[in-house]
Amino acid sequence: MAASPLPTRRHADVIVIGGGIIGAACAREYARQGLSVAVVEPGPIGGGATAASMGHLLTVDALDPADQTESDFSRRSLQLWQDWLQAQEAHRELAEYSRCGTLWLAADAEELALAERKCAWFRSQGLAAEMLHPEALFDAEPLLRRDLLGALRVPDDGRVYPPRVAARWLQEAQAKVFRARAVGFDGASVRLDDGRELWGAMTVICTGLSAQQHLPAGWLLPKKGHLAITQRHPGRVQHQLVELGYLKRAHLVDQDTVSFNLQPRPGGQLLIGSSRQIGREDRELDPALLKQMLRQALHYMPGLGELSLLRCWTGVRPASRDGQPLIGAHPFLRRCWLATGHEGLGITTALATAELLVQLSLGQPCSLDPHPFRPERFSESHHVVAPA
Amino acid sequence: MSSPQPELQVFINGRALQVPAHCNVAAALQRAGLSHSRRSETGQPRAAFCGMGQCQECRVRIDDHDHRLACMTLVVDGMQIETQT
Amino acid sequence: MSSTAPREAQRLQADVLIIGAGPAGIAALLPLLEAGRRVIWVEQSAQAGGQIWRAGLPAHWRAQVDAALKHALLQRCFGHAVIDAHIEATDQAVSLRLYQPAHPNRVSVQVQAPQLLLATGGRERFLPFPGWTLPGITGAGGLQALVKQGWPIAGQRVVLAGSGPLLLAAAATVRQAGGQILLIAEQASRASLLRFAAGLPAAKAAQAAGLAWRLRGIPYRSGTWVQSASGDGRLQSIQLSTGRATWALDCDVLGLGFGLLPNTELAQMLGCQLTNDGAIAIDASMATNLPGVYAAGECAGMGGVDKSVAEGTLAAQSMLGRAGAGRPRQGALKFADHLQRHFSLRPEVLKLADTSTTVCRCEDVSLGQLKAHSDWREAKLQTRCGMGACQGRICGPICESLLGWPAQQSRGLRTPLQAAPLHLLAED
Repeated sequence: MAASPLPTRRHADVIVIGGGIIGAACAREYARQGLSVAVVEPGPIGGGATAASMGHLLTVDALDPADQTESDFSRRSLQLWQDWLQAQEAHRELAEYSRCGTLWLAADAEELALAERKCAWFRSQGLAAEMLHPEALFDAEPLLRRDLLGALRVPDDGRVYPPRVAARWLQEAQAKVFRARAVGFDGASVRLDDGRELWGAMTVICTGLSAQQHLPAGWLLPKKGHLAITQRHPGRVQHQLVELGYLKRAHLVDQDTVSFNLQPRPGGQLLIGSSRQIGREDRELDPALLKQMLRQALHYMPGLGELSLLRCWTGVRPASRDGQPLIGAHPFLRRCWLATGHEGLGITTALATAELLVQLSLGQPCSLDPHPFRPERFSESHHVVAPA
Repeated sequence: MSSPQPELQVFINGRALQVPAHCNVAAALQRAGLSHSRRSETGQPRAAFCGMGQCQECRVRIDDHDHRLACMTLVVDGMQIETQT
Repeated sequence: MSSTAPREAQRLQADVLIIGAGPAGIAALLPLLEAGRRVIWVEQSAQAGGQIWRAGLPAHWRAQVDAALKHALLQRCFGHAVIDAHIEATDQAVSLRLYQPAHPNRVSVQVQAPQLLLATGGRERFLPFPGWTLPGITGAGGLQALVKQGWPIAGQRVVLAGSGPLLLAAAATVRQAGGQILLIAEQASRASLLRFAAGLPAAKAAQAAGLAWRLRGIPYRSGTWVQSASGDGRLQSIQLSTGRATWALDCDVLGLGFGLLPNTELAQMLGCQLTNDGAIAIDASMATNLPGVYAAGECAGMGGVDKSVAEGTLAAQSMLGRAGAGRPRQGALKFADHLQRHFSLRPEVLKLADTSTTVCRCEDVSLGQLKAHSDWREAKLQTRCGMGACQGRICGPICESLLGWPAQQSRGLRTPLQAAPLHLLAED
């Protein structure tokens, strides 16, 4: 197949397909490298999985060596987040940033031991962490149920509001935004659903779960989640609260699960999660699962019951087959790059994703080892036929 | 119209007030002389607006529950009403 | 409250659920009871009447309601709000979860029946102008409701402004309670009003005459609207306009009425189709697209009390498997159409807001902030418009009128239907 000659007139050096947090981060990073960017997004910026995210910026530990990749990735990305957030007060304001910290809650001896091991790991890395034993825990979060055994506190974790961050990053990138859907691309051009064609030197696919249509079956899968938010009840909760009970559910790979996760929003709304339904892409609320999720929240925080619940909704996480995102060259589309499959860490790892992808696509040395994220890893053990 | 109405006592921000039994909390607040019962997100004074439970402007704390709608809640003897002024 | 055992909802079963105790719900109720149906009657207020009969039910209907309330087959759930609804997959029964806002610690009530009548009525449409969020400014129907429930209006200087006969009904209530009505300002032109009056059937003309008598002496201006309002922390003065002249008027209370919008959230949550005008879509027998689900009254299309009564009556007949008399409804629809045509909103009242005027009251988002975005969803994500306590009920229709953003976008399906204590959604 001879390469089609590049057009002399381009819309942009890079065409980013997808205007969520990943696409916006990539657009910004390409612009910082001096390239011009066009972004194709049919809906509102940050309106997909980005809008349904919790915006939790968290450090993933590497207590289990299998988590080293994720840990290094999240740490690099959080550094980049801090660089951006601390650059200007305006950034922190529009991002609604708060250094609220995370409390990993231990409900029994097994979870407490895990918390302590995690704490030791954080400290060994020179990262701020402390154990809160019951009195200190209830001082910090008086609404927690009193039979918890303690918690790991990671004070440098924070929260942001991703849709506004995505919009800002696109502005910083001075990206030309095309409000349309990409229906076809070949690395030199992208065809839009309104008939237009965009020309660029390369295409970057940041479309979350939709990237599946241009990939072999099974590389990406949806993981649906439920969320609920209360009205403003200021001062009730300070930290992002996450239960360590997920340990007990780690083996339940095929079942729908819930896990307590709560974030205090600016103004005092409490954002409550979480649930996981693997393989579900629909957006309908599942009343039984919602009930389970809220019960789990009440289990950890009985006082939540009296608070005014305002709205419940769902989101779909774009997950990959092995739990790590796909960042790198598209397996068979020329001049196409891929950054998707972030599951529940998309916000945290957006900036490191962008950094890595830009380095790979521009042939620059990589700050992190790209090997674990190479998209072609899923076809290495068997022959793959590219879709027609 | 002019026959005496049964009255009861409510507490508004700690102060006692006698109000006719058919009143809703929004009316009680007005009778207490409070022209506004809430501050908006940017600090503007607000009071009941739609009068039928839609706009949520009349939210007040009643008997330790926040976000209760004053226009949709009838007064009850001994009720504790707190406004965000 | 700190018990971790899941609480169980109270459960009620019936043959028919009626949601709404306004004219449509009232008209449907007695025929169903008389035919031996067990009915659960749900209404958020403490009393029957809805909006138009807020001042009191007409004698004939009062007697009917009093009889119905004593009927053995009626279970009344007044003071109950619907927070969740679904159709059972097994037998297509309608299941609703209710709660009592006045008793936030109580368990919810799950009601279920094979048939449902949606008589959820309408809510007022609001159009913003500079100063419209000042305390002292309410809806016209809202003012009527507030006055009936004790708002101290005696001696207050009141202006009713906007459009339609609801202004007059509100004025009558305000006057009776001792309010001093300075002006009723109707935005429709004098010519429109004359044509409206000329086309009234005799019965309506008689009603109008009665209303005019109750409002004698109150200044009434057509072709007039409120341009802005001002005051220090509360309403003190308004600026009126006819397009050619503007003038100030000091007042204490302003009741605004720009017509009604159908309440369709519950219908949408169940999966009912809506018409292009945003009302619940029904056929001639008052059936929606969902088997067993019927709708009547303002929620199925704006049109006044006669339409609501005619449709409630028809719906009951349909639910009993009988053909109802269609004529009363035809007549009522003609009047409704007559009403719509002569009280349509003039372009000026859609242009009163400036860039700094608040559109989303819950989150204080201005028109200028909204204009920076191309659609409702984008604006919501970026400005929080519609994310607040009212969940777009007030600001969604405003964005449709002022910005052309389709109402479908802001009619998000929401659970719960209205904010409610969290424990209710964790109950069985």
